[in-house]
Amino acid sequence: MSATTGKTPQKSGAAGAAQFAGWDSRKYNYFEPKGRKASHYEDMTVDVQPDPKRYLLQDWIISFADGTPTYDERWTEVKSSDWHKFRAIDQEWERTHYQRQSTIVGMISNVIENGRRSGAPKRFDKAWVKTLSDHLGAYKHAEFGLGTSTMQAQRYGYTQMINNAILTNSSYKLRFSQDVTLYLGELALDIEGIDQEAGKHHWLEDPIWQGTRHAIEAVMGATDYLEQYFATNIVFEPLVAELFRSGFIMQMAASQNDFMTPAVVSAAEGDYERNLANAVELFSILALDPTHGEANRKLFVHWFEKHGQLAMLAAHQMQPVWSLPRVKVAQFSDVFDLQKNRARAIAAEIGFDVRQTLDR
Amino acid sequence: MPEGLNLNKIIAQRGMSISDATKRVADLGWTPSYVQEAMTFPTDYKIKKTPRDPMKQVLRSYFPMQEEKDNRVYGALDAALRGDMFRNVQPRWVEWMKLFLAIIPFPEISAARSMAMVGRLAPGEELRTGFAMQMVDEFRHSTIQMNLKKWYMENYIDPAGFDITEAAFGKCYASTIGRQFAEGFVTGDAITSANVYLTVVAETAFTNTLFVAMPSEAARNGDYALPTVFLSVQSDESRHVGNGHSLLMSLINDPDNHLLLERDLKYAFWQNHAIVDAAIGTFVEYGTTDRDKNKESYAELWHRWIYEDYYRTYMLPLEKYGIKIHHDDVAAAWDRIVKSNYVHLTAQFFSVGWPVNFWRIEAQTERDFEWFEHKYPGWYAQFGNYWKWYAKLSEKGQTNVLFNADTGYTYPHRCWSCMVPCLIREDFTYDTVEGKVYTYCSEQCRWTHKVAFAAEYEGRPTPAMGRFSGRREWEECYHGWDLADAITDLGFVRADGKTLVPQPHLHFDDAKMWTLDDVRGHILGSPLIGFRALSDAERVTAAAEYRKGFTINPIN
Ligand SMILES: [Fe+2]
Ligand SMILES: [Fe+2]
Ligand SMILES: [Zn+2]
Repeated sequence: MSATTGKTPQKSGAAGAAQFAGWDSRKYNYFEPKGRKASHYEDMTVDVQPDPKRYLLQDWIISFADGTPTYDERWTEVKSSDWHKFRAIDQEWERTHYQRQSTIVGMISNVIENGRRSGAPKRFDKAWVKTLSDHLGAYKHAEFGLGTSTMQAQRYGYTQMINNAILTNSSYKLRFSQDVTLYLGELALDIEGIDQEAGKHHWLEDPIWQGTRHAIEAVMGATDYLEQYFATNIVFEPLVAELFRSGFIMQMAASQNDFMTPAVVSAAEGDYERNLANAVELFSILALDPTHGEANRKLFVHWFEKHGQLAMLAAHQMQPVWSLPRVKVAQFSDVFDLQKNRARAIAAEIGFDVRQTLDR
Repeated sequence: MPEGLNLNKIIAQRGMSISDATKRVADLGWTPSYVQEAMTFPTDYKIKKTPRDPMKQVLRSYFPMQEEKDNRVYGALDAALRGDMFRNVQPRWVEWMKLFLAIIPFPEISAARSMAMVGRLAPGEELRTGFAMQMVDEFRHSTIQMNLKKWYMENYIDPAGFDITEAAFGKCYASTIGRQFAEGFVTGDAITSANVYLTVVAETAFTNTLFVAMPSEAARNGDYALPTVFLSVQSDESRHVGNGHSLLMSLINDPDNHLLLERDLKYAFWQNHAIVDAAIGTFVEYGTTDRDKNKESYAELWHRWIYEDYYRTYMLPLEKYGIKIHHDDVAAAWDRIVKSNYVHLTAQFFSVGWPVNFWRIEAQTERDFEWFEHKYPGWYAQFGNYWKWYAKLSEKGQTNVLFNADTGYTYPHRCWSCMVPCLIREDFTYDTVEGKVYTYCSEQCRWTHKVAFAAEYEGRPTPAMGRFSGRREWEECYHGWDLADAITDLGFVRADGKTLVPQPHLHFDDAKMWTLDDVRGHILGSPLIGFRALSDAERVTAAAEYRKGFTINPIN
């Protein structure tokens, strides 16, 4: 056969049909896996966003007008000697993300459907219905604010791993804010007393929610993407979000004859466990950075102080909500102490001390 | 059970209507009063805060719908393996997937990142919800494509090139062209990049060639996996096109935006053409073994999708808003494809450069010649000899085609704007920008660099506009290097430390595969460094000479 006929000499294009140099090189070989062998998540994620310090031979080829390249380490005050070290603990890539999100969607719609079919909303305590309408209705905006903050933040990270973890965080928050919105909308189909406009009104004007709104707007307005991610998961979630979701809704609902709302809200607790694990992993790598760890820890203390003060104020302003239900099974001071301990433990896990903010 | 009655109807309860649901969800946003959101990604456009064309979708229907799509994709991949797809797949095709799939996940994830930029600017929350879904979609596209690539690596006869994929993406001259595309989505003026360049042009016009033409050709080459993945990807695009159009409509009524819109439509259209047609045209026309004369050529597909569907039904109607549409550029792009052989010249260039690729390119054969001549009359006279040379020089032991002076090929200049070389020689041009000489493939690309990516446009300050940066001429990175050392530095060497990842043939046989020793002793050089070293007068002569082009020598 002459070369010019160019006919493929091989009968099969399948792995193993011939053995030659490189025939069995069947793993992505350009990064160091975190464990003994690369996880599927790592294969899907690592190095997809390139870096001139790794393989980007020609450097970033478009810049902003001031010369800032397409991705820039200086988009956060945090410094790292190896941005590529971080791997998301939840190992999320597209398939797992959609599986988990639609499982939650399915769980919530089952709860709502079955609850409505059995007439459960009609048995809710009347005062509780108003509380849900006004205050769960207000709270959904906080979740949305975190969703849009993280949507913004996912543009800036220096690696694909960081940006994708922030992206899925955003997806979870946005879904939950919609879950609550639509849940209240569906309750309104069955019972009197759910005013779908009330929540936004309280969010914008009720003194109970102004501290929370301020804290959220401070996250939305932060220009450092890691500050946004930090303020979301390390400060606001434990001190305000969990306080309300878990310390109020989840604890109070059953005594008001409401078995539906906790199921809807519990999804956010599950989401947060994952987002928290990712965030703690990232921030502890940065806190332990051999060169920049100390400066990073100082910065974390500073961020915690800045957003922690707002969160503490938000929590205190929210206190009157605890006296609204007719049956009072949880006390603000108890649950808030619990959440402060939670925040303390999270900070300790990362490696910085937050007593000066929390014990004030 | 009476007819027409079923369990679903008995137990169905009234839910919220989709329009009520979207209205409620849209009410989640508010205007901050304690802390203002910083406009971190600037734009020179003015955006009217009037929502338009709201998306009628909420996340609780979105996620299950996407999961269902995923299930079909992964089910089909399993089925392809059970059906022994790789036994009948055409290696000529799969080899090009090493390049294509090295490039595409980064543009996808860049599209996700760009949603941050338009999300902040979105006029109205419905549109922001649309952008949020698109962000998750693009995360889907990026990782589902990484998965497909891994699957090829695990199951295709020659995994070399897939195994180094993201490293190769960072180093290869061809993948940089794709990076120009992707960085264009996320860098510079937020509307220019994330709305006009990404959505109004790339997604609306060119995803058809990317995600529909490619799958059809894949299937003709025994590859059923790529169609499954990419048609699923494409099914998300209509929502993205809708998002982009809504945002466009919120800009277009303000005459203050018209000048910038005209600039950006021109830049985006031309650059999408230059990049996408070069790459996808080559994959579809040269990566295939199917030479059915009844199938549409890339040029025919282009005419249908870009000219008829996009230009005539999407772009032209914008004129009624007072926007000047660059009809000549559409005509010029068409001429480049059908008269100036843009795709063929690109394929020729990629094959000349085979030693610095990370995939294999085999020679085109008599069967291919016939099809090309049928679809592109005159093709054989211009390219027949070249491919015969290529076939001859593909044999290990020959002087590789890149450095073989016998062929008559002259290595091209690189276009500073689209990063594709200046292949249509008569269109070659150059200019001085901020005191430095640059080369371009076309007048439009010269304009893009010098006029569009600048601090002002037609007397109007454009402080948000991006700039071209980096080491844009790939050849400069290896100027003065021995070819073998460059290949080693690129990492395009197989596990044995000597056999090249790229090969100019499809022989899966060590005896026929080229090694570093077969290519050593040739020195790479940068055409631009040489061109800049000339005096002004010498440059005029050199440019005139370049525009004359070259003739491939006959081969016996
Ligand atoms: Fe996409
Ligand atoms: Fe898209
Ligand atoms: Zn060009």
